[in-house]
Amino acid sequence: MKLLRRYWLTALAILVSGVVFLIPFAFIIMMAFKDRKQAALLDFSWPQGLHLWDNVVEVVTTRNWMLLTAFINSSILTVASVTLLVVFAAMVGFVLQRRKAKWNGLVEFLILAGLMIPPAIVPTIWLLQGLGLFGKLHGLVLVEIAYGLPFSILLYRAFIATIPRDLDEAAIIDGARPFDVFFRVILPLLWPVTVTNIVVQSVAVFNDFTNPLYYLPGNQNATVQLTLYNFQSQFNSSYNLLFTNIALITIPPLIVFLFFNRQIVAGMTAGAVKG
Amino acid sequence: MARVQSPARSRPSTYPGWFFLPAAIIYGVLFLLPTFASLYFSLTRWTLFNSTFIGLDNFAQFFREPFLIKGLINTVIYAVVSSGLKVVLGLLLAVLLTSQIAARGYLRSVVFFPVLVSTVGVGITFTVLMHPTQGMINEGLAMLGIKGPGWLVDPNLALISVALVDVWKGVGLATVIYIAGIVAIPQDYYEAARIDGSTPWQSFIYVTLPLCRPATVTVITLSFIGGLRTFDLIWAMTRGGPGFASDTIASVIYKQYQAGFYGLSTAGNVVLFVLIGVLVVPLTMLLNRKEGHE
Repeated sequence: MKLLRRYWLTALAILVSGVVFLIPFAFIIMMAFKDRKQAALLDFSWPQGLHLWDNVVEVVTTRNWMLLTAFINSSILTVASVTLLVVFAAMVGFVLQRRKAKWNGLVEFLILAGLMIPPAIVPTIWLLQGLGLFGKLHGLVLVEIAYGLPFSILLYRAFIATIPRDLDEAAIIDGARPFDVFFRVILPLLWPVTVTNIVVQSVAVFNDFTNPLYYLPGNQNATVQLTLYNFQSQFNSSYNLLFTNIALITIPPLIVFLFFNRQIVAGMTAGAVKG
Repeated sequence: MARVQSPARSRPSTYPGWFFLPAAIIYGVLFLLPTFASLYFSLTRWTLFNSTFIGLDNFAQFFREPFLIKGLINTVIYAVVSSGLKVVLGLLLAVLLTSQIAARGYLRSVVFFPVLVSTVGVGITFTVLMHPTQGMINEGLAMLGIKGPGWLVDPNLALISVALVDVWKGVGLATVIYIAGIVAIPQDYYEAARIDGSTPWQSFIYVTLPLCRPATVTVITLSFIGGLRTFDLIWAMTRGGPGFASDTIASVIYKQYQAGFYGLSTAGNVVLFVLIGVLVVPLTMLLNRKEGHE
């Protein structure tokens, strides 16, 4: 009887999750296979004929290969900002956890403030313009680093607390310079939390829409999320192309998900147990 | 001798202070400085090149224009609805997924994957699925004999519809946070409860619920702040429409920015900042205080 109920519950869970979570994705994929006329019906029907390749070619080549440029821009943005973010956050996390200094309280307050306070947008644009960084990819890289630092520092600090202090002291006694203690002894040991940081922040930066919208205007250096947003009005009557675009930009997160599922969950649930 | 008294001070350079520098400069210049600047520029009429001090006029206008007040109220409704549903559904799903049912790995993945998908992509997809006549949701409801509502075109429903999509996308995160919290509860508690003859429902109320409180605090704070700040989903789905029915402060900030009212837009930013402070700080204090009682 209990076994029967368990099977019943499992079946129900699979059915409901399928309807709620899988059908929207199935819909995206099927739309990407359809031709324009069939896609315009917006219904959940099997594609008549396979038009995926035609759709992909048309989406990618549209507006002078804008989507390709966008993929390159998004990749540069993600790699550059996450690399620097990880190194800078680890450095802060290390010293913050190890050294009991007067300003630790202030640093912690600033971290919490960074997690809570919404960025002041127009003043940031004004500042970026003053620095000659507005509308530039490297300007956006710096912005993404600034916004991502608080979360990454928290992740690093929690992990560094589990690495014994004796290690730093042993390295110093062996004659290592402080710089080497961190970069050659500590940083390699932080690899698990570094992977978590890289994965979580990459997904966040790659999917970021708001910041590129404000700080990176213009079609020349659009990111993939901006491209999708621009296509939303351009492809208003060609839903097949719009959904092909959605399918294409979902591939990178899907790959990350397949390979780093555990690290993502670990990173995003950090702090759930301790509060 | 000094070395014996304070070993930490004798070699301060093991943990060099300049390690803070790169992060501090970037964070200070691109986050803190604009935040402080916003306090001044929200009091001005501003063209980016010159600003005229006009006192609290921007804020007065913010609370005089009906559609701006509407945006303020909408922001709170959106945050309460989306974070409330995420807490309830996330907890239920987590209990289900830590129970004995089969296919747990599959279910966990399916629920979590939308968290990683582009918000704009999700927004566009659901805009199509929620189409009042041709959309799949209403066609599905019609098959069951229910006449579906106008979701995004009905002014009374648009904001809630977007909030529901937000829940669809974000409930996976709430679920994995709750799973981490529930898994950390020692099995002994459940065993003791069982020996004392408690039903599964009682175990849930008296063991799971109080002991996964840290997870609840995390989920509420994260999703509530996220809800108050939300912009991309609303912009991708309704652009604040129909009319101003689903405008939130974040979308108002963008609209005023586009219209060139930089001072007003910045005032919106300050209003959002104050709103988050006024709502979230007491909320976290309340959540943490109750924890101390148990």
